[in-house]
Amino acid sequence: MDSVPTQHRPSLAALFLGFVRIGMMSFGGGLTAWIRREVVLRRGWLDDQQFLSGYALSQLVPGASNVNLSVFIGAQLRGVPGALAAVAGLTAVPIAIVLTVGTIYLHAHTMPGSAAFSTALTGVGAVAIGLNLGTGIQLGRLHLHRIVPVAVTTIVALGIGVLGFRLLHVLAVMLPVSLLLAWLGRRQ
Amino acid sequence: MIATLLQLALLFGGLSLIAFGGGAGTLPDMQRAAVDVHHWITAHEFLDLFAISRTTPGPGSMIVVLIGQSAAGVMGGAVAFLGMFGPSSVLAYVVGRFWHRAAHASWRALLEQALAPVAIGLTFASGLALMRGTEHGWPAYTITIAATLAFAFTRLHPVFLLAGGAVLSLLVGG
Repeated sequence: MDSVPTQHRPSLAALFLGFVRIGMMSFGGGLTAWIRREVVLRRGWLDDQQFLSGYALSQLVPGASNVNLSVFIGAQLRGVPGALAAVAGLTAVPIAIVLTVGTIYLHAHTMPGSAAFSTALTGVGAVAIGLNLGTGIQLGRLHLHRIVPVAVTTIVALGIGVLGFRLLHVLAVMLPVSLLLAWLGRRQ
Repeated sequence: MIATLLQLALLFGGLSLIAFGGGAGTLPDMQRAAVDVHHWITAHEFLDLFAISRTTPGPGSMIVVLIGQSAAGVMGGAVAFLGMFGPSSVLAYVVGRFWHRAAHASWRALLEQALAPVAIGLTFASGLALMRGTEHGWPAYTITIAATLAFAFTRLHPVFLLAGGAVLSLLVGG
């Protein structure tokens, strides 16, 4: 993991503050783009190849992929303390905001004006669903160019999203299937 | 209280380790557990919390803090956070050590190739499950479709889309 030249290594404080900045600016799902902007373009802590490798890893490992990516970057730069600094930085401001807004929401149910708040929130929720679906379309256009992966994506999407199968059950079937199909595809 | 904290830790600790394709893939399971199994919140409240978590910056999985807070206050939020991000972060660290040494190994390329379509399917599944789980009228569905297309095919910043959704919803009355 020690491939980063020493002169580019940030201190733990710089690492923490860099991820605080990322955590503050990333609204509505553009987090990966913000991480790349800060870590690769602005600070030069990693190059694009190292970043993309970490990105692929963060998708392979379960859990919130941007938190995984932060663990990967922090660990590569400063070991275990670096990973902790990155994750703490990334989540510090969002946690404070989410707890504040959440507390207001939990009380707003019984406050005047809560109907308008709730209506506005319904619209935000409708857009938030769209951001998920839109991300799927973006990723699909980038990575799905053949019929077999499209079929795997469709089965997973409909199995969980429409038919209501549980995530674990779908993964237990579709991960081995997808792996087998990818392996067979390579042998041809 | 202790029982609820334990339920939160088990729920999110478990989801943390099966959340392939990012946290969004676990939303349907979170919804089932929080709404149908434990009755911490209603289906409508779940979507509101989801909306709140998307309007605040940071990882999308921040919704777990809100679910924990609804179930057991700030302590619940803390337990949910550690449960959701702790186990997967440890795993990411361990796998990262091996991953780095396998930059040119064929098994790594094969894994990347096999996981991509599954992960993309999970992204769609989370959106579909949320639409299914809430009793929205046509205005909300229209906003969802418009936001999907705008986000997928334009470079509009998500903040503008989220704000636009709030304004449109107020104009047409949800």
